[in-house]
Amino acid sequence: MTSATLTSGATLGSQRVSEEVRYHEDAIRLFVIAAVFWGVVGFLAGTFIALELAFPALNLGLEWTSFGRLRPVHTSAVIFAFGGNVLLATSLYSVQRTSRQFLFGGEGLAKFIFWNYNIFIVLAALSYVLGYTQGKEYAEPEWILDLYLTVVWVLYAIQFIGTVMTRRESHIYVANWFFMAFILTVAILHLGNNVNVPVSLTGMKSYPFVSGVQSAMVQWWYGHNAVGFFLTAGFLGIMYYFVPKRAERPVYSYRLSIVHFWTLIFLYIWAGPHHLHYTSLPDWAQTLGMTFSVMLWMPSWGGMINGIMTLSGAWDKLRTDPVLRFLVTSVAFYGMSTFEGPLMSVKPVNALSHYTDWTVGHVHSGALGWVAFISFGAIYFLVPVLWKRSQLYSLRLVSYHFWTATIGIVLYITAMWVSGIMQGLMWRAYDNLGFLQYSFVETVAAMHPFYVIRAMGGVLFVAGALIMVYNLWRTAKGDVRIEKPYVTTPHKAAVGAA
Amino acid sequence: MAQEKKGFSHDLIERNTLLLIVLVLITVSIGGLVQIVPLFTIESTIEKVEGVRPYSPLELAGQNIYFREGCYNCHSQQIRPFRDEVERYGHYSLAAESMYDHPFQWGSKRTGPDLARVGGKYSNDWQVAHLVNPRAVVPESIMPTYGWMKDRPLSYGDIADHLKTLRIVGVPYTDEQIANAKADLEAQKNPEGDTAALAKRYPKAVVANFTGNKTVTEMDALVAYLQVLGTMVDFTKYQSPKQLQQ
Repeated sequence: MTSATLTSGATLGSQRVSEEVRYHEDAIRLFVIAAVFWGVVGFLAGTFIALELAFPALNLGLEWTSFGRLRPVHTSAVIFAFGGNVLLATSLYSVQRTSRQFLFGGEGLAKFIFWNYNIFIVLAALSYVLGYTQGKEYAEPEWILDLYLTVVWVLYAIQFIGTVMTRRESHIYVANWFFMAFILTVAILHLGNNVNVPVSLTGMKSYPFVSGVQSAMVQWWYGHNAVGFFLTAGFLGIMYYFVPKRAERPVYSYRLSIVHFWTLIFLYIWAGPHHLHYTSLPDWAQTLGMTFSVMLWMPSWGGMINGIMTLSGAWDKLRTDPVLRFLVTSVAFYGMSTFEGPLMSVKPVNALSHYTDWTVGHVHSGALGWVAFISFGAIYFLVPVLWKRSQLYSLRLVSYHFWTATIGIVLYITAMWVSGIMQGLMWRAYDNLGFLQYSFVETVAAMHPFYVIRAMGGVLFVAGALIMVYNLWRTAKGDVRIEKPYVTTPHKAAVGAA
Repeated sequence: MAQEKKGFSHDLIERNTLLLIVLVLITVSIGGLVQIVPLFTIESTIEKVEGVRPYSPLELAGQNIYFREGCYNCHSQQIRPFRDEVERYGHYSLAAESMYDHPFQWGSKRTGPDLARVGGKYSNDWQVAHLVNPRAVVPESIMPTYGWMKDRPLSYGDIADHLKTLRIVGVPYTDEQIANAKADLEAQKNPEGDTAALAKRYPKAVVANFTGNKTVTEMDALVAYLQVLGTMVDFTKYQSPKQLQQ
């Protein structure tokens, strides 16, 4: 079995084409396997470094296991390895169906992208552990790896955009607008933020062209839009395909999708300076960053409304379909963190929140609640389809995963809210005599219980992911768990999904 | 999806891949251009202050260890102009003070304290003891231990190449500084030797045998870097905020 077959025109579009379209799925299966694998690795790495903060002995006194080297391993594993493989899987899966066309460049190119993207990830992670880094958050890989990624990314762009250009649908589906904006903008960001001069062509070390204040602005132009385009626009592409598909309802509003697409990609790019409030960055840039961040609230919620309201007339499915529950809850988390973000970008709020765990909590409400949950939903949707199974092994296990992970997120973000706000207030507290009330290290000691709670949240999130691994493994094997069905008959998981 | 066709129609964009690509590229370029380009052209972006100099070779090697260990994941180097921060850490940070940092190390999280002005705040011995075992000097600390760094010889055979590379990206190292890079690096570790030339090329560089080792170790370099942080500008010369206007 190398590809799904579909008598095209049966379900999509108005133009009926009689010939048979054979979709490429071998590489998609590989991307899904890699996404699940890297998800578990990334969540484990995150939980481990969370425990290092609670119990510093876990740094082990070794250079390779210190927090400073492992934290980039965690962030890269969850963002670029887990998130990246999810995006590659879902985009290359859905673009074929929404374009009624097989992959441009074929299965071979997709597999080439798969292996090289994942080899890049392994090399990047190894390089951090061994101490090779550019010293910039979320852009740690050194120049030679950056070049490697550039090649892989260009091939991905060719494959995706080529498929869109050779489509047999008259219109480009909304999900593909988002995927294309994601692919193009990430390319610009990656190139713009990694203009470096290597010390030697045979060594890893390089120095970036820009320094100081310009370096800060370029880095956060990149960093915030890694969130905006990698973790938002790309995953909105997933939302626009998988939520309507799973709910079997059309997208709520066509007009809203147009308005929020263009405003979202226009405004996001301006938001970077909110990472640099009250720093040596000139005030005019900070003010621009804050203003556009606040405006960004609207297109973000436009996307949330469009996603959630797609369930109009199908709300009952939330009760009976835990996969859809993952998808819809993710959009709700998206709404929450895109409200919190603009709030934190307001300068007086940022004065309190910046440099504290509040930021870490905010990132994770988006990363765990939005990015990971919509990924889980899409993966649960895809595995039965890709492995030609009529249904998942168990919907009950999906529900257990959902609740375990949700409790984990709640523990995580509430612990970080409390510790972040507490630490921010302690830093600025004065006693009756007009002295600073707390030494810095007293504020560190006060964080301990919250670091423990946060790590427990991480453990639950990992546990949920392991339930998923088991469920998917049994699904791929073709097993079906004997369990009490949900009240209505179990949703026909993607049978004949097109 | 309903399609409406009065006046402008989005339909056109949805049918034309190249048009969509071009419009996306234009849309996502504007914000970045407006925010980044002026930072290179507006002269007041970086304050005119005296004293900020390129790092000495040993300090530069130390900064590279700071990058390598990911110190920026937990320490900022950016003091905000708030009463509590200025009292806790010192004068608020100037853009000029990080103008030779490739890349910037302002950080985004203070799991540990800000380090923008840690230079001179503690003795060399304290810094070494703290890096070897932070909890020996600060019991509540959660910082990793870096004892392995204390005796590991620093690799600095190519230090002149680092200075040359930095000159390409805009750090004003002189030919003299590049020619003497290796000698200066070793001189900074040897207080008994002749350090006059080093002091002339790199004013305020802290000269000491930081770890007590005969060879230059990685920790020597890191402590030399930490000890210069935030010390280059003499703020007694700039008493009025107007003198520091961007």
